[in-house]
Amino acid sequence: MRKTTNETGSFKTIITAEHRLLDLHLRETFQYRDLIFLFVKRNFTSLYKQTILGPLWAIIQPLLTTVVFTVIFGNLAKLTTADIPGDHAVPGFLFYMAGNICWSYFSSTLQATSNTFVVNRGTMGKVYYPRLVSPIATAFSNLISFGIQLVMFFTIWAIYYFTGGTSIRLTPLLLMLPLLVLQMIVVSVGVGIIVSSVTTKYRDLAMLVGFGLQLWHYACPVAYGLQLVPEKWKTLYMLNPVTPIITTFRYSAFGFGYFDIRDYLVSWAVSLAVFFIGLVLFSRIERTFMDTI
Amino acid sequence: MEELMLKIDNVSKLYKLGQIGRTTLRDELQRFSARLHGREDPTKKIGAKTYKIGETFLALDGVSFEVRKGERVGIIGHNGAGKSTLLKLISRITAPTAGMIGLNGRVASMLEVGTGFHGELTGRENVYLNGAIMGMTKREIDDKIEDIIEFSEVRQFIDTPVKRYSSGMYVKLAFSVAAHLDAEIMIMDEILAVGDMAFQKKCLEKMNDVSKNEGRTVLYVSHNMNTIRELCDRVIVLDHGKVVFDGSVEDGIEVYSGQRKEGSWRVDYKLAPELRLWNGRITRMRSAEFLNQSCCQTEPDRIRLKVCWESDTVVKDICLRLEFSKSDGTKIGAACGFGIDKGEHRQNGEATVVLDASSLVSGRYETIINLFTVNEFGSHKNLDCVRGPDIELVGGRSDIVWNARKWGSVRFPDMVTE
Repeated sequence: MRKTTNETGSFKTIITAEHRLLDLHLRETFQYRDLIFLFVKRNFTSLYKQTILGPLWAIIQPLLTTVVFTVIFGNLAKLTTADIPGDHAVPGFLFYMAGNICWSYFSSTLQATSNTFVVNRGTMGKVYYPRLVSPIATAFSNLISFGIQLVMFFTIWAIYYFTGGTSIRLTPLLLMLPLLVLQMIVVSVGVGIIVSSVTTKYRDLAMLVGFGLQLWHYACPVAYGLQLVPEKWKTLYMLNPVTPIITTFRYSAFGFGYFDIRDYLVSWAVSLAVFFIGLVLFSRIERTFMDTI
Repeated sequence: MEELMLKIDNVSKLYKLGQIGRTTLRDELQRFSARLHGREDPTKKIGAKTYKIGETFLALDGVSFEVRKGERVGIIGHNGAGKSTLLKLISRITAPTAGMIGLNGRVASMLEVGTGFHGELTGRENVYLNGAIMGMTKREIDDKIEDIIEFSEVRQFIDTPVKRYSSGMYVKLAFSVAAHLDAEIMIMDEILAVGDMAFQKKCLEKMNDVSKNEGRTVLYVSHNMNTIRELCDRVIVLDHGKVVFDGSVEDGIEVYSGQRKEGSWRVDYKLAPELRLWNGRITRMRSAEFLNQSCCQTEPDRIRLKVCWESDTVVKDICLRLEFSKSDGTKIGAACGFGIDKGEHRQNGEATVVLDASSLVSGRYETIINLFTVNEFGSHKNLDCVRGPDIELVGGRSDIVWNARKWGSVRFPDMVTE
């Protein structure tokens, strides 16, 4: 029988029972960036394999939703499409599409990342890689269809712009777009990994996600303009981190609209807080989720 | 002394018994309220075995050992001994409940081949994906992709989606990726049983090659003692979550096979009914014993076996077969004795038979003793079958050192030139 020595060695990796709260594996996740890229490629390839229209499907869905919104909320319910008072003319179709593509990225990413552990348990049960790679790859994969939708959006935008009769204009505000996309990723992944951490034990929350997203949709100015929200509720309303993303997106794309630097900073703070809580929870759960899932 | 690669220090893993992970928030709340009111758990299944709160199961219990660079360690143990749990902890799939694991280098865990393979992707794309999951960067895979494809023998189909592969091609490709990992510590869980015979042999050779020539450290879990012998130079035996043996391969395998029982040279089957392999309804073995033993060891050229049996009716012309096998179950051969009751046709009898087994090389063998009769057409009818005492053969010829692992346990008489 061999005896173990007292040699401690300088180990590169040490696994213990204790977990430090802020041990988030961020550096390690960065080292696995090739894997993130390959996951994105896999998701994209497998999504459109053996479809005739391929990535065109990414356009059809928001296009139809926007048509329905234009008919129902615009023509029938006649809800306002103005974010600020005044007589800026914005085509309803473009207004709804802006909200829809933002919302569809947010909801699809949240929904996909909230399943991280359950969907990947086959792989994660057999081999170790930083678990955060999966939700990040999902967020990037969804960015591809978002990009396609963005191209569609600006094509339609250009048509309206050159036919005239609207107040939309090209401004440097458009440069805010990357920042908005980043915030969108942060919020949706943040909420997604919180849900995924909790669902390893309680599957209820997975049921709640679909329903919750439906409700959340009404709390965002997708189908109506910000003008519809009573002034006294506005502070509370703007705490929803998705709201400023959508209004600021319209602000930067149309060249006018609602933008308040304080609201915007608060929404970033909320987004980052959600993301951070998600990271802490996620790194806590990922160590032993295989035992309970 | 070589560099320390892996240190397991007093590691334990605790699992909760009963239902875990299948609970819903509602059940949990109901259970909580029932406990407050002192009622029975309303979510419990009727008749289900109940586990007290906090009742647990120690899958690993204070395991400690060290592995140095270049060592090839086999981990063996019965089902539930904790082998897989140990590998899961080392490969960081789940965390230990107590203790420390120190790793000096990258770990490649091959608990399954083809983890993360996606049917829609081509073979080549899957090599990249699988390699990246195992921790390789794209550049590392670029360097090795040709070797991997060459090794996998599926070059012709490498740009076809793997969902169209045969299962053999699939595992061959998957193993090839695993075999080309650049990790310093390789963890394998009985995955060498892939592909056809030729490919299995190739896999074993590859694993031997990476550990011997490249100085990698290998941890290998298997129930197949032959591959353990071929691949490992050290064995750790786990039993009920504890390390019960750590040392040389042959000794470890014997500990695992439960062979180290002294005084097993005579077996009384009334006292040891578990050694009966067959339920002899008319005739039953009473005892079996190897005579001529000096210190539990026998010369192979004159093995004397004494058997006693009892029978409900008179049975004519009882025959006996003595089968030899290795401790891992490999059959070596058998010898028969005809008419051992010498025509006495009694109900109870005993006989001593002598066997010249000088073709068998030295070593320890398991035996099976079979009583039977043969009818006039030559077909035989079993009367009883028992596990006989183990026998250790010593002496014999010493002109060369016989490598039983490679050449087998039977040494035929020497060849002569014509």
